[in-house]
Amino acid sequence: MSLLEIKDLKITFGGLDALSGLNFHIDEGEIVSVIGPNGAGKTTFFNAISGLVTPTEGDILFEDESIVGLDPSTVTSLGIARTFQNVRLFPNMTILENVMVAQHCRTSQLIYGALLQTKAFKREEREIRERAIEVLEFFGHRLVGYRMDQPAFALSYANRRRLEIARAMATQPRLLLLDEPVAGMNPIETAELTALVGRLRTEWGFTIIMIEHDMKVVRDVSDRVVVLDHGVPIAQGSYDEVSTNPDVVEAYLGRPVEAN
Amino acid sequence: MPTHAITTKSARRLVSVDRFLTFIRVFLVSVIVIGLLAFIWQQFDADNPFAQWRNPGARGLTGDQFKGLLISGLSQGSMYGLIALGYSMVYGVLGFINFAHGEVFMVGAMTGFIASDKFQANGMWESNFLLCLVLIIVMAVFFSTFTAVVMERVAYRPLRNSPRLIPLITSIGVSFFIQNFVLGLFGPSTKSYPRLPEWLAKQRSILTFEIAGTRLLVLVVAAASMAGLWYIVERTKTGKAMRAVAEDKEIASLMGIDVNRTIVTTFAVGGAMAGVGGILWGLMFRSVTHMTGFLPGVKAFTAAVVGGIGNLGGAMAGGISLGSAESIAPLVILEPLGVPGVSQLKDAVAFTVLVLVLLFKPSGLFGERLSSEDRA
Amino acid sequence: MSTLAAPMPSSALDQDWRKVLRWGFICGGTLIALCLVGMPVELDRREIIERYLSLGYLSVVLVPIVIGWVSASQIVLEGFESRKQGLFDLVTGLVVGVIGGGLLSLLMVALDSWNLRDPLVNWSPKLFRFLTYENGMGFGAGAWIVTCGVLGLVGASLHVVPRIARRIVAIVIIGLLSLSVLEAAVSDVSEGFGLEWLTDLIYAKKGGLTLTSTFVVGAVMAVVAAVTDGRVKAATNRYRDMEGVERQKASMILFAVVAVLCIVLPMFLGKIMNELLANVGLFLLLALGLNIVVGLAGLLDLGYVAFFAVGGYTTAVLTSPNSPWFAPELHFGFSLVFVVIFAIIVGLVIGAPVIRMRGDYLAIVTLGFGEIIRLLFLSDWLGPYFGGAQGITNVPGVDLGFATVKGTDPRSVFYLVLFFSVIAIYVSWRLQASRLGRAWMAIREDEQVAEAMGINTVSAKLMAFVVGAVLAAFSGAVLVAKVGSVFPTSFMILISIIILVVVIVGGMGNIAGVMVGSFVLIGVLGGPKQPGLLQEFQNFKLLIYGMLLVFMMLKRPEGLVPSARRSRELHQEEFLQDAWLRGDKPGIDEDEDAAPLLVGDGGGEEE
Repeated sequence: MSLLEIKDLKITFGGLDALSGLNFHIDEGEIVSVIGPNGAGKTTFFNAISGLVTPTEGDILFEDESIVGLDPSTVTSLGIARTFQNVRLFPNMTILENVMVAQHCRTSQLIYGALLQTKAFKREEREIRERAIEVLEFFGHRLVGYRMDQPAFALSYANRRRLEIARAMATQPRLLLLDEPVAGMNPIETAELTALVGRLRTEWGFTIIMIEHDMKVVRDVSDRVVVLDHGVPIAQGSYDEVSTNPDVVEAYLGRPVEAN
Repeated sequence: MPTHAITTKSARRLVSVDRFLTFIRVFLVSVIVIGLLAFIWQQFDADNPFAQWRNPGARGLTGDQFKGLLISGLSQGSMYGLIALGYSMVYGVLGFINFAHGEVFMVGAMTGFIASDKFQANGMWESNFLLCLVLIIVMAVFFSTFTAVVMERVAYRPLRNSPRLIPLITSIGVSFFIQNFVLGLFGPSTKSYPRLPEWLAKQRSILTFEIAGTRLLVLVVAAASMAGLWYIVERTKTGKAMRAVAEDKEIASLMGIDVNRTIVTTFAVGGAMAGVGGILWGLMFRSVTHMTGFLPGVKAFTAAVVGGIGNLGGAMAGGISLGSAESIAPLVILEPLGVPGVSQLKDAVAFTVLVLVLLFKPSGLFGERLSSEDRA
Repeated sequence: MSTLAAPMPSSALDQDWRKVLRWGFICGGTLIALCLVGMPVELDRREIIERYLSLGYLSVVLVPIVIGWVSASQIVLEGFESRKQGLFDLVTGLVVGVIGGGLLSLLMVALDSWNLRDPLVNWSPKLFRFLTYENGMGFGAGAWIVTCGVLGLVGASLHVVPRIARRIVAIVIIGLLSLSVLEAAVSDVSEGFGLEWLTDLIYAKKGGLTLTSTFVVGAVMAVVAAVTDGRVKAATNRYRDMEGVERQKASMILFAVVAVLCIVLPMFLGKIMNELLANVGLFLLLALGLNIVVGLAGLLDLGYVAFFAVGGYTTAVLTSPNSPWFAPELHFGFSLVFVVIFAIIVGLVIGAPVIRMRGDYLAIVTLGFGEIIRLLFLSDWLGPYFGGAQGITNVPGVDLGFATVKGTDPRSVFYLVLFFSVIAIYVSWRLQASRLGRAWMAIREDEQVAEAMGINTVSAKLMAFVVGAVLAAFSGAVLVAKVGSVFPTSFMILISIIILVVVIVGGMGNIAGVMVGSFVLIGVLGGPKQPGLLQEFQNFKLLIYGMLLVFMMLKRPEGLVPSARRSRELHQEEFLQDAWLRGDKPGIDEDEDAAPLLVGDGGGEEE
């Protein structure tokens, strides 16, 4: 059974097919990269899975249950988390708070507990805090210590991307959608993050779908690669297969490859 | 390690809210339908059993009464429409509700009062009415435009890039300030417009409709203003700039359009329309106080939403629809259901319409026209 | 001199005359508007310094000072060498003042020559006499031109004097003004403590400070200002920087002091003061509730007064023997249970449709709901149940066994209000630091992302609505028990707006700020219908509230007592710049750039 299965997904915006005829599946523990030229519909693909956009046609099955039409918060609580391409943190909340609030769907205390400061409430708050620190420590020393109480807007760009991922991790998902995780990072940061993505699978057990433009990262980390162009999947397979596929090259470069 | 917790509780809460909303929709629609049916039955048979139960002693509406209601709804609605234009334009361009727009309308009405009062004192009102009318309209338009432009410059321009709620709250402050400033200047007493000269105000008969001259004047002036506005927006360069800025401020400025100037123009035109509306209101209802702008302002905003915010034709249409609904609904829907004192609930009708529209078709009857950055 | 410096004026007369003219006209316009609105004449009744300065004249005098100060201000950019302020600015202030005074004189000429009483209500001989100080036209005109010029100069000079002088002047003026204005409160308190002789010494018989006491107290305050320079700020910073156990201890001490004051003080205060405090408390309760809805969750509920009405009417119906339809005559405490239940129900009913709407629409729709509820309570249709326009009378006070709380005993009302306020403060405090509070913050920051992070925004927003509704309903219940009756006219939209002003001016999302806002605004200027300490402002308080709201939004949206978080939020750029300039402040990555991440930065594809 695939963890996520997408059948004939079609999304139309005002006459334009952002995605069409998309069939996709990913098994537990896989890392799959989605690549393609600009405007290919990759982020729309993520939006459809996470529930921010409703498909015109087709079905999305997570653990064999259809998640089409569900609210984004429900989708997250079912076990799918995502990051955003243009990092959307909660800028005025502290780093720690950003990660604590992401655990909302995994915790349950309500007004009653907060007002009466019940043991259960205090215990849950402690656990939330501990889990948040655990997630933040995955990124080394950068996001912990005195930094934890700094507002998120004060972070550097690379740290913001890391916090974005940490926040997604904190929702305790089974499937993690990373939207261009290394965009804008320098080569050192990129290499570090690539290693982290691998560890996300091995140490934390996430299944990962990743949108990326940096081919080096794609090559180093992916089990499989899917190529989208103008909303249509034009190739699937391992990195080597896909990178030499003439259709893919044409999509990127716009010129048919002449046979030697 | 990640756990797999499916929270059914939050999913359930969502569903119950949706179910509740559906219940409200169904409830409201049934009330309207039952009321209409009861009304129709009442028209045919004034002593039918339902009427006996809910509304004894009722008589149906005669054709003339109905037409009268329609006319009053239309004239009231066109005034709402004129005010709604300002709300719609500002929302289309800047993406927030200018709460103080109702006060711009009130300033126009006040100016008209002062001017017409003076004209009546020196006799010009009776002798040279049309000239007076033109003059008071010009003066009202001047002052309401002035108010709108100053408002934009002082209170809204510095907040161009603030999070959405802040300009809204500021506009509440501005509205409050203007209301009480006018109160301070002119006192709390009700100001009365002088009567329209008899030759204008008398009842006329047009196409089987009995219509008072005053209402006719309102309709004519409103239509003329609307036509003027249409001309400005569709045919002039300024209007084109306004439409461009409403679509996308950034791109418009890259195309060489002076965005600040265009926004000021938008406020000015909206203010002018409201000023005309103020004069018409004064001539129609003849009483103005510092609070006159509040309720019509909120209702005009409702009209703008009903027609589709940002959509100028929609604003006018929304105004007329709201005006008609306001005059017809109490007698046609509520009274047959046995609700006493329906005239008191007239104001509630407008708010109910707002809720209805937002529940059923939030983008309004004719669709919204918002800039890309404001589309929520 | 660096090429980035602002151009130095070559002489004191080398002005940007357009700017000076503009500010001069603004000064004159403000003065004329002030006079025509009637404030100075009305405020003339209250003496600040016996025989020499009344509140009316003070209000006029403040205008050229403030505008002189503003017109001479410079925008100082960090890292740029700024022009040193000097003679150049003094001339600006002087000329601005002179122009203002000149325009005021024109007003006097006009007052003398024409009678515009017909539209302008305050165009009266009284105003003329006020402006000319009873001394005729020529004297008046000349005096004002000179006075305003000098005052403009004074205002501008505040830029030039050393900082300590500014501090002393500010504290002396504010201190003397407060002492004079709070005369009723101070007398009441000293009477309670048996210190009447002190107040007799300070205040004149007809009100206001005596000349001698002005000088004495002024001198004392100047000394205090000079001595405590910097200490207050250091102490607050120390408090803010405290952590953990130390912070807890400091907070507890602070809390204990305030608590003791609140409990003990009313016993020493007279009836009027207690009445005032009870009033402030009622509004505080409402403000704390709205604070949760607006400040924490970011929902602008303009129909908040509806919940106030629900609480009031529920109490009235359940406790009064005069309730037209159903009069169980329950005890107040028992009816409170139903108050909570109905508040929750109405909160859910109003909240459910609005929860998915855009911010501005939510504001208007809730406004609509507030009006609908008022109209319903007022209508003849529901008259048989709620009394219509006549309302419900004969609501009994609260019988606590050992005492009865009723309107005739303001002290008891104050304690009841205090009790509920404490509950409200506790609720706000606890919720803010809870899972729900964090969810609210996230929703306010970026609702779409909050949803994507698994927060059920509908649920959380409804919770905010409901909590706010319950607190407002409490306030309504207490009000009705205090007044002894309920009328639909008590629940106008005006109340929602005034509460909003209190919350925003005090500090949105911040409990201390809301408290300060209530005390300062409702206590001094008064509520919608109730007068505050300064009854002269009765006709002008709404005007001032409107102006305050606009001013705060433009200049200081975080409120008078901002929470550290909110201050950061609204001044992100400054915060970052300060941190960068300080250089060694930990928390900012020194090796990488930090650009401000403003709310709403997201959205929009960049591929």
